[in-house]
Amino acid sequence: MIRFAVTLAAFFVAALPAQAEVDITEVTTPGGFSAWLVEEHSIPFVAVEFRFKGGTSLDAEGKRGATNLMTAMIEEGAGEMDAIAFSKRREELATSIGFSVHDDALSVSFRFLTENRDASVELLKTALTDPRFDQTALERVRAQVLSSIRSSETDPSEIAQSTFNAMAWGSHPYGSSGDGTIDSVTALTRDDIFDAHAAAIAKDRAVIGAVGDITPEELVSLIDEVLGDLPETGAPLPEMAELQLEPGITVVPFETPQAVAFFGHEGLSRDDDDFFAAYIVNEIFGGHGLESRLHREVRAKRGLTYGIGAYLSSRDYGDLLIGQVSTVNGRMRETVDVLTEEWRRIAGDGITAEELEAAQTYLTGAYPLRFDGNAQIARILVGMQMDDLPIDYIATRNDRIRAVTLEEANRVAARIYRPEDLQIVIAGEPEGIEPSN
Amino acid sequence: MFRRIAALATALSIATAATAAEVTNFTLDNGLEVVVLEDHRAPVVVHMVWYRVGSADEPRGKSGIAHYLEHLMFKGTDTTGPGEFSDIVAANGGNDNAFTSFDYTGYFQRVAADRLELMMKLEADRMQNLSIAPEFVDSERAVVLEERNQRVENDPGALFQEQRRAAQYLHHPYGIPIIGWKHEIETLTVGDAVSFYEAHYAPNNAILIVAGDVEPDEVRVLAERHYGPIPANPAITPRDRVDEPPQLSERRMVYQDPRVAQPYVARSYLAPERDPGDQREAAALTLLANVLGGSQTTSVLAQKLQLEQKMSIYSDASYRGVSLDDTTFSLFTAPPDGVSLEDAEAALDVAVAEFLEEGVDPEQLDRIKAQIRASEIYDADSVQRLANRYGNALTSGLTLEDIEAWPEVLDSITGDEIIAAARRVFDRRNAVTGWVMPPPIIEGDVSQ
Repeated sequence: MIRFAVTLAAFFVAALPAQAEVDITEVTTPGGFSAWLVEEHSIPFVAVEFRFKGGTSLDAEGKRGATNLMTAMIEEGAGEMDAIAFSKRREELATSIGFSVHDDALSVSFRFLTENRDASVELLKTALTDPRFDQTALERVRAQVLSSIRSSETDPSEIAQSTFNAMAWGSHPYGSSGDGTIDSVTALTRDDIFDAHAAAIAKDRAVIGAVGDITPEELVSLIDEVLGDLPETGAPLPEMAELQLEPGITVVPFETPQAVAFFGHEGLSRDDDDFFAAYIVNEIFGGHGLESRLHREVRAKRGLTYGIGAYLSSRDYGDLLIGQVSTVNGRMRETVDVLTEEWRRIAGDGITAEELEAAQTYLTGAYPLRFDGNAQIARILVGMQMDDLPIDYIATRNDRIRAVTLEEANRVAARIYRPEDLQIVIAGEPEGIEPSN
Repeated sequence: MFRRIAALATALSIATAATAAEVTNFTLDNGLEVVVLEDHRAPVVVHMVWYRVGSADEPRGKSGIAHYLEHLMFKGTDTTGPGEFSDIVAANGGNDNAFTSFDYTGYFQRVAADRLELMMKLEADRMQNLSIAPEFVDSERAVVLEERNQRVENDPGALFQEQRRAAQYLHHPYGIPIIGWKHEIETLTVGDAVSFYEAHYAPNNAILIVAGDVEPDEVRVLAERHYGPIPANPAITPRDRVDEPPQLSERRMVYQDPRVAQPYVARSYLAPERDPGDQREAAALTLLANVLGGSQTTSVLAQKLQLEQKMSIYSDASYRGVSLDDTTFSLFTAPPDGVSLEDAEAALDVAVAEFLEEGVDPEQLDRIKAQIRASEIYDADSVQRLANRYGNALTSGLTLEDIEAWPEVLDSITGDEIIAAARRVFDRRNAVTGWVMPPPIIEGDVSQ
């Protein structure tokens, strides 16, 4: 049920475009905030994306899961309104306020009709600055979170991934799920939730993007109104994580027809000079737009899986090059062999000029398709600021892709793919695989 | 986690087909219907071909052939090699994919607007000249089996859902999974796929949807150039599937699987779908699903079961009105620790019975309608979503007039009509009720 709904969401998000000639204005407010805006007045609504750096990695010692539970509770009543009154108000206004949180940030996706702007702004401000975190709501949402944690424990994909993360990052927050554990979430108190709120939502870590039917002046007053009463600062941002992954094959026994493997090793930072070359090379190796090498060798030629991919997971406090594949237990041995051979091949032989050209053509052509509706563009604007990209980045990005040479690509391929470092974690009952650690 | 899903369910179930985009339609001489949805905000286009054929049109014993054919449609034509279709799309900076459902099979590309003609050329070629490379026949069947493993065999909820549907439909092919039963997928041949292709893929069984930065006149010229020469298949007639017999006996099932961490109760009732020119009953059921389960705080089930009685941690009601034949209306509740499925189901039944007596809260109905009206504005933000909605409706027996009338029909439904529709649909003789849970732990048996 839950998994299915998430799949659907992913399908619908992969929707429509706009042009790469996105005209971004930077606004600064009297309250000291800055934001990026794309004005789009043809449809009478606005999407604003707020992001607060830190996310679940800000959980205090022994309070794993507090930020996640807090985020799930922001909508459960604020100011004079209990959970029902708050929801009713939001429904009357047909406003949507989505809160979500991951390792690096807490996101607020805010969407409102132009005609309901002031009332919607007031509602969001109340939710962010004056949440109630009532005990009854806490118990209700806690039960939902605990149910979700229990479900993860019997999901082979989650098992493989969480095992891999623990091996990679140890006691750093990246090493465990931000949802917390049954024990840690059960122990959280209402005070812990207030503490998590004060730690995560503060002025000094806000990043903002807005797209839609709003002028710069209107956006300035909206931002100061929504964020003006927040505390200046929250908990110190997390430390860099230290990678402690050892190479090898790890099997987590789990009874299910199809085994799931999560694999990878160290990656590279978003601001590394080699990032663009690495991004292109990995598109050829394990991307989803072109027919990648992994797709061709593992799926198309041998029918070993429905899907395989590898990607650069470049996060604020640590970087991985990772991927996932699932196949019936009896064929995991062959899948691992093909995967490992491809890893060796790209590290040793690099890519061809034809592959480079095809990837550059695809990536530059597909880039404009990403700018896909107001909410999606607002998320992109925030992502660019989170990555410290310049405001003219969109106009220059395709040139950077085109500028990568074959020599550079192959030097970077040899740098980033390290077959000797590869760790493969398999959840399932794979046949013919001897765990090496 | 749970609430985000609820929000999504609402968005899907009240999804209206907005009038926000400019809509133009025409039909070519060979029967190909064309719909153009204009959105000139960005120089991008979505090109889709929807065939009026899905898994419910498969020959008996060949379950999964519609979906297997969809995969094989990427494995070459007389003039393009296996995988070349997607390679050409990618080389033009585009993305492409396909999907299969009970009532339709669709193929689409998103690409810069000036590449539209190339997409039409490729898709028209694939409509008439499929030539499957033999070396991919077995490997692609293996891919489909792994897809089934990933989507179904590894997911106890999906396995139960298959069993539930099979029990829901006594006779109609909606009881057979879209992806196919595993033992039948294993026996599908390239000959089966080609027969299915030849029987169903033709311009007079297809709808072309072009959405984005295009002018209808330009689409007409290009469509006539590339799709126009393909002959109609006179053997194709409107679909006329078997009807369900009267359902006289409630069905109950218990599905046990050690991978189930959260037990739940799911019940579905056979329900009428949206019919051309006759959408009021479906509109009432659409609103009923929203009134009962559209919010995890303000809906009837959430208030009664979650907030007041604490008999549920997640509850839902759902209805899919767009369907060629009889569809289902579903209820769902997941109890907290310590509450049995028996008690959870009883609480659900009491809540629904109380609701039928109390009637619809007019303020709640007003809020739902306000959101439906707003969704017409929000939906204009994604022309691909609109295109999907048009394709889905048009391949499920509805007309453009039905699509355009839908928001007004929804807006005109009264609380009394919702209750009347609820009383008709909540007939246990039509229902399948399932308990999904882990197997009981047997004392002294520690092998699990």
